[in-house]
Amino acid sequence: MIPFTFERATTPAGAAASALRTEGAKFIAGGTNLLDLMKLQIETPAHLIDVNALGLDKIEPTSQGGLRVGALVRNTDLAADARVRKDYSVLTRALLAGASGQLRNQATTAGNLLQRTRCPYFYDTNQPCNKREPGSGCGAIGGFSRQLAIVGTSADCIATHPSDMAVAMRALDAVVETVKPDGAERSIPIADFHKLPGNTPHVETILEPGELITAVRLPKPAGGLQIYRKVRDRSSYAFALVSVAAIVQKDGTGCVAAGGVAPKPWRVEDADGEMKRGAKAVVAKLLEGARPQPDNEFKVPLLERTLQSVLTEAKG
Amino acid sequence: MSPIDGYEISRRELMLGAATAAVLATGFNGALAETELEGVGRPVSSLLDSKVSLKVNGTDREFLVDTRTTLLDALRENLHLTGTKKGCDQGQCGACTVIINGRRMTSCLTLALMHEGDSITTIEGLGTPQALHPMQAAFIKHDGYQCGYCTPGQICSAVAVLDEIKAGVPSHVTIDLNGSIEISEPEIRERMSGNICRCGAYSNIVDAISEAAGART
Repeated sequence: MIPFTFERATTPAGAAASALRTEGAKFIAGGTNLLDLMKLQIETPAHLIDVNALGLDKIEPTSQGGLRVGALVRNTDLAADARVRKDYSVLTRALLAGASGQLRNQATTAGNLLQRTRCPYFYDTNQPCNKREPGSGCGAIGGFSRQLAIVGTSADCIATHPSDMAVAMRALDAVVETVKPDGAERSIPIADFHKLPGNTPHVETILEPGELITAVRLPKPAGGLQIYRKVRDRSSYAFALVSVAAIVQKDGTGCVAAGGVAPKPWRVEDADGEMKRGAKAVVAKLLEGARPQPDNEFKVPLLERTLQSVLTEAKG
Repeated sequence: MSPIDGYEISRRELMLGAATAAVLATGFNGALAETELEGVGRPVSSLLDSKVSLKVNGTDREFLVDTRTTLLDALRENLHLTGTKKGCDQGQCGACTVIINGRRMTSCLTLALMHEGDSITTIEGLGTPQALHPMQAAFIKHDGYQCGYCTPGQICSAVAVLDEIKAGVPSHVTIDLNGSIEISEPEIRERMSGNICRCGAYSNIVDAISEAAGART
């Protein structure tokens, strides 16, 4: 790690203001992804703002009948919350399918949304990577792309967003709440929160400089049968090849979000409309315009079969 | 005097030496550890000599660290508690698992400075050769290791796993999210997946944890 100064923030707006004012500042909460990348000097902050004491660690009911999940709620606590288990089980299942017990105890809700890709070319500083070093090229296109994205990609980047949690939140229509350095607050639908790579793959979210996530809001329970199915190279502690978060209502309608296939949690509202017509019809819409690599074109049939399995389970 | 106390003296000597070297090299001194960054108004720790206080295995410890010092390095290098092991140093292997405020975490992926005032239990705090923790005794009885390098992390993790099940925290293999959780081999294997054993002692590790779980309930 390169040297950095360290600060313990005491208020959310103060943390945001400090981040804007201090050259090279980054927030640190769980640290499970940032420290990892700092050791490899892929992340090189000059100043860390520890946000763990901000008190954003509560799960509270909202006046709309949903839940407000504090940015610092640990993945374990979110997964284990009785209200989440009962009314948002797709979220509990997604969280429990990710990482290890130790990491879920450390990782936070906001940090999970902001985690960086696990693309091997992003991690290997000897390789070109437009996300790590804009303009250097993409080693993954035409390279080893088994884990990487098939849809929403660009000529500059085919990295996936690695989160399971965010895929479930996308199916649940969650809203990200933030505070800006001037104290202004805003709410961002999770659909708009992550950006597609385009020709700026290093810009991953619409957050402005210094802007801090304070909570994730879940709308009132969607009901239905909620299923998260993750397909991976080993049965525990591995990133998804593909994953499906589905909410299926009794009449066969519902919604689907997919993980492991795109640079952000992937949902196409048009595809939800095909739910009653089956997995093939849904995936055709979901993967419209997909441009898989030879190494990862298997994800197209794998996603369809995974969704088929989920829809069959939902029928009971 | 315990071996730990012996280390304590050498640690102080070491710290004195390091502080002197830092002054010579940078012109800083300890009094500058907490400074006001212009326009921010909150204490900011400087690079080389930040103070941190931890309660480690029941004892209050206060020492100086570089801001970059991970909790793992603080335990091993500053406090000389070398039971906690550095495997991958990337949060992938679990060898560095310790229990922080009752929860297992990978000490390599967290900074010492992020744990001001926290209570930390390492393998040294669970039991001693004369008074083994039931989990340690079960690992010995069932031969839950070969080379032993991952064992402190395995044992710290296993102790916390049983507490997690007791607290009703579900896992990926828990069938009914709203029911009670039985301790079973699938539950233990899933929950222990963050602790890698290159010797492949997994089946004996599961036997050891199962026995310790039975002894506790």
